[in-house]
Amino acid sequence: MAVSSTIEAAVRVEPKRQPLPPRERLEQVFDIQDLTAIYGSKPALKDVSMEVYRNLVTAVIGPSGCGKSTFIRCLNRMNDLVPSFRQTGTIRYHGQDISGKDVDPVAVRRTIGMVFQRPNPFPKSIYDNVAWGLKVLGMKDNLSDRVERALTQAALWDEVKDRLKSSALGLSGGQQQRLCIARAIAVEPDVVLMDEPASALDPIATQKIEQLLHELKSEYSFVIVTHNMQQAARVADMTAFFSISRGEEGERWGELIEYDETEKIFTAPSDKRTEDYVTGRFG
Amino acid sequence: MSAADLSALQRPNDRLWRRRIVNRLMELLAWVAAALAVFFLGVVVWSVAKKGASALNFDFFTKPYAGVDVPHQGLANAFVGTFVIVGLATLMALPFGILIAIYVNEYAPKAIRGAVNLMLDVLAGVPAIVIGIFVYSLIVVTHGQSGYAGAFALAVIMLPFVARATIEVLALVPNSLREAALGVGAPRWRVTLGVVLPQTIGGVLTGATLAVARVAGETAPLLFCSSLATPGTHWNPSQPLQSVPVQIFELIEQADQQSYAMAWGAALVLILFILFASLGARWLATRSKRKIARAFK
Repeated sequence: MAVSSTIEAAVRVEPKRQPLPPRERLEQVFDIQDLTAIYGSKPALKDVSMEVYRNLVTAVIGPSGCGKSTFIRCLNRMNDLVPSFRQTGTIRYHGQDISGKDVDPVAVRRTIGMVFQRPNPFPKSIYDNVAWGLKVLGMKDNLSDRVERALTQAALWDEVKDRLKSSALGLSGGQQQRLCIARAIAVEPDVVLMDEPASALDPIATQKIEQLLHELKSEYSFVIVTHNMQQAARVADMTAFFSISRGEEGERWGELIEYDETEKIFTAPSDKRTEDYVTGRFG
Repeated sequence: MSAADLSALQRPNDRLWRRRIVNRLMELLAWVAAALAVFFLGVVVWSVAKKGASALNFDFFTKPYAGVDVPHQGLANAFVGTFVIVGLATLMALPFGILIAIYVNEYAPKAIRGAVNLMLDVLAGVPAIVIGIFVYSLIVVTHGQSGYAGAFALAVIMLPFVARATIEVLALVPNSLREAALGVGAPRWRVTLGVVLPQTIGGVLTGATLAVARVAGETAPLLFCSSLATPGTHWNPSQPLQSVPVQIFELIEQADQQSYAMAWGAALVLILFILFASLGARWLATRSKRKIARAFK
């Protein structure tokens, strides 16, 4: 039994992962306390408390409708755009609460970038896609160097360096998504949030994106939502498992079930629901 | 089902026959109604062309109107006046219409959005003469007639057309694009100006072109606001300017063959302008919608 579970673990979890230092020695980026998110009168997420650590990839997994996307959109105030949205609880970012009304969401998003589920490049040239954010934020010195650096970091430079002036819409889906990553990291954010960044991509493009996460996490902290457990096992240092809870009157909301090192979540989860999910018995 | 049953289906019976007749009749009625609409348009264009074509020559477009019975004259004063007045009206209505549309689509809460849309519809339905009286009491009473006053009146008429057209294309721009721009830390206004608005230029131009076509033939407000023009061709809108529809109105009141012919000629030019402007607007509209659809499929 011990042998089979070890084999299972070896197949699932990246062997090259370094063991994490103890959590109290990791630097916190986010400290989330009792986060509840409500659309209209329906709670999408209840009482989530967890920390996100610096220079790690933190994965958020769980079945559809468990509030994973809602959760990461709270981290850079993206839900502000939804008129009926409300949230309670606190989200401290390096110690400062960013969920209050007095905090400028634009300033929050400036340091906490985002990559979306479907590649959404601007209908501009490849160069302008990366340069636009830099121009808007006043990072105009060495503009073309910055663009080149971002495209190189996103492993796209070699593919596009000869056609920087052509439209980004002519790129393949995987290239477009890497362009979106370049656009996000060009403005030198502290954290990059990724909402199922590979769900619209083929396996090879997916692999490239995952490779990028490994290479870039020394410079950025990543929070990645995925419904693909293998992806979480491959890329994440820490994994949060969200699930759907049902109330007495049939109402449903998302909840954080378990949050731990990825290896522990996938090999020795402490909650039965996590185990059912990661072993494929549910979801 | 056997072969016998099938042949029963093919045999005409009374009820089936009556249904077919009714069906044909309704189809015919609809066809006749559509044909009538096209027929009347055709008659109008044909009769205007027949009566007006003879007046069109080089002088007609280059020389100003000089009075009854003067040979070799034209309506350059009216064409220039309409050009200046409608141009100014567009310059006034376009930015305001776009700003209204941006507010409604990008910023306004739902309730206000509905209210503004309703008001734009009402404004689009206000008779031109009412807007003429409004501008008369607002500007003309104190400052006298001028091209500016006429342009302002036309701008009020254009405004709802420009705003509604812009709202429509703004709504076509998907939210994922706004999120992408906000995601890099751009403020709302930069997102709107730098990313959203450039997608809508075609649609905005369509609305503007349709609005220009609509007001180019507007007579009533100009009678109050810009009709006492002095003879000759004028470009300066601080004085009253002649315009094509007002000129037609004045020419038709003269009991004189040459004036009639010139009135018809001016009417023909107006109709052709509106026809081509509308065609251009439709072409722009399909082109920009296709462009947006291609970009965000």
